[in-house]
Amino acid sequence: MGSYILKRLLHGAFVLLAISLVVFFALRLTGDPVMAIMGQGNPTQEAVDAMRRSLGLDLPLWKQLFKFLGDLAMGNLGTSFRNNQPVMPQIVERMPATLTLAGAGLFVSLLVAVPVGIISAVRRGGFLDIFGRIFALIGISFPNFFLGIMLMLVFAVKLRWLPASGYQGFKYLILPGLTLGLILSSIITRLIRSTMLDVLRAQYIQTARAKGLSERLVIFRHAFRNAMIPAVTFIGLQLGALLGGTVILEQVFSWPGVGRLALDAISNRDFPLVQGSVLILATVMVIVNLVVDLSYGFLDPRIKVGGKGA
Amino acid sequence: MTRKRISLKRLVTNVPALIGLLLVLLAVGSAVFAAHLAPHDPVAAELRLRLDPPGWDPASKAKYLLGADAVGRDMLTRIIYGSRISLMIGIASTAISMVLGVTLGLLSGYFGGWIESIVMRVADVQLAFPFILLALVIMAIFGGGLTKLILILGLTGWVSYARLVRSQVLSVRELDFVQAARSLGAKDLGIIWRHILPNVISSVIVLSTLQVATNILTEAGLTFLGLGVDPSIPSWGGMLADGRNYITNAWWVATFPGFAIMLTVLGVNLLGDWLRDELDPQLRV
Repeated sequence: MGSYILKRLLHGAFVLLAISLVVFFALRLTGDPVMAIMGQGNPTQEAVDAMRRSLGLDLPLWKQLFKFLGDLAMGNLGTSFRNNQPVMPQIVERMPATLTLAGAGLFVSLLVAVPVGIISAVRRGGFLDIFGRIFALIGISFPNFFLGIMLMLVFAVKLRWLPASGYQGFKYLILPGLTLGLILSSIITRLIRSTMLDVLRAQYIQTARAKGLSERLVIFRHAFRNAMIPAVTFIGLQLGALLGGTVILEQVFSWPGVGRLALDAISNRDFPLVQGSVLILATVMVIVNLVVDLSYGFLDPRIKVGGKGA
Repeated sequence: MTRKRISLKRLVTNVPALIGLLLVLLAVGSAVFAAHLAPHDPVAAELRLRLDPPGWDPASKAKYLLGADAVGRDMLTRIIYGSRISLMIGIASTAISMVLGVTLGLLSGYFGGWIESIVMRVADVQLAFPFILLALVIMAIFGGGLTKLILILGLTGWVSYARLVRSQVLSVRELDFVQAARSLGAKDLGIIWRHILPNVISSVIVLSTLQVATNILTEAGLTFLGLGVDPSIPSWGGMLADGRNYITNAWWVATFPGFAIMLTVLGVNLLGDWLRDELDPQLRV
């Protein structure tokens, strides 16, 4: 178990290193950011050189890279080109907004997907199953930003029940959270339905029924717990989609999260801020995936994580 | 493994598949015949008709069926032209990832060894990287534009093909007819082409259909963020981004292009589901 965690941690670190290298080199390909920063007015050559020196862009590329990686190892993501403030606190400050939105989305999606998925599978072909499948099919075809705009149109513009955009409390979370959650739930509903159908065919379900357990106990204690294993893997795989959805919806709802920070930084050509935001978001994803992998052991005692054979 | 044939008879008797087919034909028809179908000019601005409501609204001046956008262009015309961007990007990028992913999947599944290690390792890293961030960074650096968008989506989408094909090759290559071909002295590449590829192609087709849908959505999302297709070209994502700004006084600018995306993607997904049931019911993609 210990060596498995270590292996996974190393793999995670490798992924993050690969990502930081890609981001570092990719951003250097954009050309000189100094002119973009000093674009207004007509800066003198001396001023441009001074700016370049102060940003560390006069150093050879390999020195910039070593400085970047060295700082990274110390938890320092550099200073913003725009406001000369350290990047890390700016990202950390935006993190709660992003995590709140992502968490709300995940919560809503499970709230919808778990019951609908289970009932669809148990009452296969029934009214709720057909309704649930149509809902899921439409959900995976809906662009999340379009759903966001439509919900905004109905609940904020027409009915005036909720604020259209901003970040000042729970009321502001409802529309973006609902949007993210509904889109995600369509994918998860499909998955829970199909894994439940597989599990319900298994022999231990027949046994459980044969020994006279109530249907409720069969479904929840025996079927659902086993269906959870593929479901959790899959939800882990959807984290990229969850995060991507958050980035787009932050833009739709003017939600001040890391996604918007990164988008603004891209248009400002603020390299350290882009690097930092992308790296932090990727780190969150790598960590959550690690947690998902390790959680199998708790969900299914038969799986000895890292052990040989089951 | 036996090869299955697609039955057109089963297509027309299957209501969801038929709806899917009609929606896809509608989008393809709009893209191909845009110049003939579109009632107006997709780019010429007419400020007099700025945010003119849809035709059934008594306040509508021009009586354009779906209204006009912020510079007075006919929404319907732009939606018809927008289908070109969505379909072109959706199909072209899927073709690139399919060729790349299937090739790498076949090679790593058949030969194993270092090819397999490298391909699967790169795939792992790419899966761990949130796609949207990768796309954001790359589009920000190289700028938007049609070709770059196709390349980005194409070069990042190969992983699912490689994994799917590799896992299928692992079982197909042990089957009797492959062993027989090998013992008769057939060359490796010949075996892959003649005996293995035909056995994995049906799952690839299913995956491709669903990926066209995903890529259309991703393109629209990136264009919506201002990182995709150039705003001067009529595209559904761009129109939606525009509509977001006028949401309080002109609902139609965001609504109609959004439904165009949704219905097209729905059509592709319905066809994909049907293809899966026909070709490879076991496949989960």
